[in-house]
Amino acid sequence: MDIVVLLKQVPDTETIIKVAEDGKSIDSTDIKWIINPYDEYAVEAALRVKDSQGATVTILSMGPQRAVESIRTALAMGADKGVLVDDPATEGSDAYGKAVVLAAALRTIPFDLIFCGHRAVDDDENQVGIMVAELLAIPHLALAVATELTDGKIRIVRPIEGARVTMESQLPALVTFGGAHAIWNPRYASLPGIMKAKKKPLDIKTLADIEVSAEQVGAAAARVMLTAMELPPPRQAGRIIEGDTAQKAQELVRALHEEAKVI
Amino acid sequence: MAQGVCIIGECRHGTFRRVSFEVASEGRRLADALGEPLWAIVLGEGVAQAAPDLGNYGVEKVYLVDDPLLQEYRAETYVPVVAEIVQSLSPKIVLFSADVDGKDLSARVAARLGAGLATDCTELKIEGGALRAKRPMYAGKVFGWYGWAADVWPQLASCRPNTMDCLQPDTSQKAAVEKPNVAIPKGNLTSVVSVEEDTSGRVDLTEAQIIVSGGRGMKGPENFAMLEELAQLLGAAVGASRSAVDAGWRPHSDQVGQTGKVVTPALYIAVGISGAIQHLAGMGSSKFIVAVNKDPEAPIFKKADYGIVEDLFKFIPVFTEEVKKLKASC
Repeated sequence: MDIVVLLKQVPDTETIIKVAEDGKSIDSTDIKWIINPYDEYAVEAALRVKDSQGATVTILSMGPQRAVESIRTALAMGADKGVLVDDPATEGSDAYGKAVVLAAALRTIPFDLIFCGHRAVDDDENQVGIMVAELLAIPHLALAVATELTDGKIRIVRPIEGARVTMESQLPALVTFGGAHAIWNPRYASLPGIMKAKKKPLDIKTLADIEVSAEQVGAAAARVMLTAMELPPPRQAGRIIEGDTAQKAQELVRALHEEAKVI
Repeated sequence: MAQGVCIIGECRHGTFRRVSFEVASEGRRLADALGEPLWAIVLGEGVAQAAPDLGNYGVEKVYLVDDPLLQEYRAETYVPVVAEIVQSLSPKIVLFSADVDGKDLSARVAARLGAGLATDCTELKIEGGALRAKRPMYAGKVFGWYGWAADVWPQLASCRPNTMDCLQPDTSQKAAVEKPNVAIPKGNLTSVVSVEEDTSGRVDLTEAQIIVSGGRGMKGPENFAMLEELAQLLGAAVGASRSAVDAGWRPHSDQVGQTGKVVTPALYIAVGISGAIQHLAGMGSSKFIVAVNKDPEAPIFKKADYGIVEDLFKFIPVFTEEVKKLKASC
């Protein structure tokens, strides 16, 4: 069983986001970079398959050199090898362009399953993983909060509005992961794990290595592009309602009913 | 030559989801700005009766594919059918709902068509004859404006539920229904094993007009009963902060924040939530925010329209009684 986990490095969720001077990117000074939390759930899910029935887990990422640190973290958690596509020509790619790169890289790596987060918590796009499945012409199951691998099929539980759907797919397939830290509870990188990770193979590839031409990706090929960023209007601290408990409750109900008109 | 706006209507059990009416209304506004027609594609089983109702929201014609093979949403069957109809209609713009199935479908259709997709948009407009979209990034810590490559059609976007105004339905307007001749693939790589309906009648967080959320200050899972009661009275959904979910007090589907749901209700009542940046990102776009916390220094008060500095266990029961009185009087 070969599992490839797609991993994106993102700013820590505690980061205060500031718009950079160009007006269309974020100011990345002093940002602490982490594994996208949903991708971390995917790593954990892959490692559980490895623990229970044996699998080779490969981490695939695209991005600048700093992403190596996140790949090493996943290797320290227990993944077997890493691949990073680092090529300046990918700069400015839209989701489709990123999917083109990842799909091309996946053609050079054996896989039965591809796992990834259902979205990255920076761009919040919800599309790269699914696009990879489409480009590879394999089925996908999205937003898994539980998985089970039996008889050569993968079964997932997928919460939709008002229901929980259980779906199954034959392999090869791509699964995107939802849920929360509390259900996946991803394992920590242990100290021995960190020592071992340093010796695990990690390939750095360029677009040429995966046979993608620079014209297919990057800003020039983007079908959709970010043109401006704006911060949400600052919220003014409102009114602290004073009085005893009963007065506060009465005033809050009055304000919500008469001023805000929301109840 | 690309022309017109097309929306994807979503039906469950033979009725449209509310978000489809929002998407139709937004489609109507864009179609009017372009001076072009508005169509809808609707897939499912047993949806023929509901289909003309999209006309209430300005849809002129519905392309309906009603078939037992489409009873449950599966990308394997839905994607080829939607992609084929979109290609034959050749619209300028295709709008999806940014709910769970809509996000799934739109990404795969975009890749199949080699089209650009902006997901979870909160605002759309026409500029120079093309689409422009605003969407939250970093769970709403920042908003991005997106444009599409010139003369590459169609331009795809999905609309975040609860953010685009629904037109006043005009029940005298019915959409024409056409049944295009498309082959539905008998794909068997994926299957729906079971569907477990939530019969509790709870409102989904992403669609709720009012949300009552609890955090670490709730002290334990049993105390959420108090918020459930209040939510019931208000017709609200119950949410939770990451710490309440991590503690195992609430299901992960209730989590609001950067690694949970991004919500945009008219009213968000944060109870015993201090207001970590992760959480503020997910609920900061709520229209009105109420915070109840005994710590006057809690960061949530900097975002709240109305702040109550008090022990929640003392305040919430009294507040609930006041809401009951209000409900009884109106």
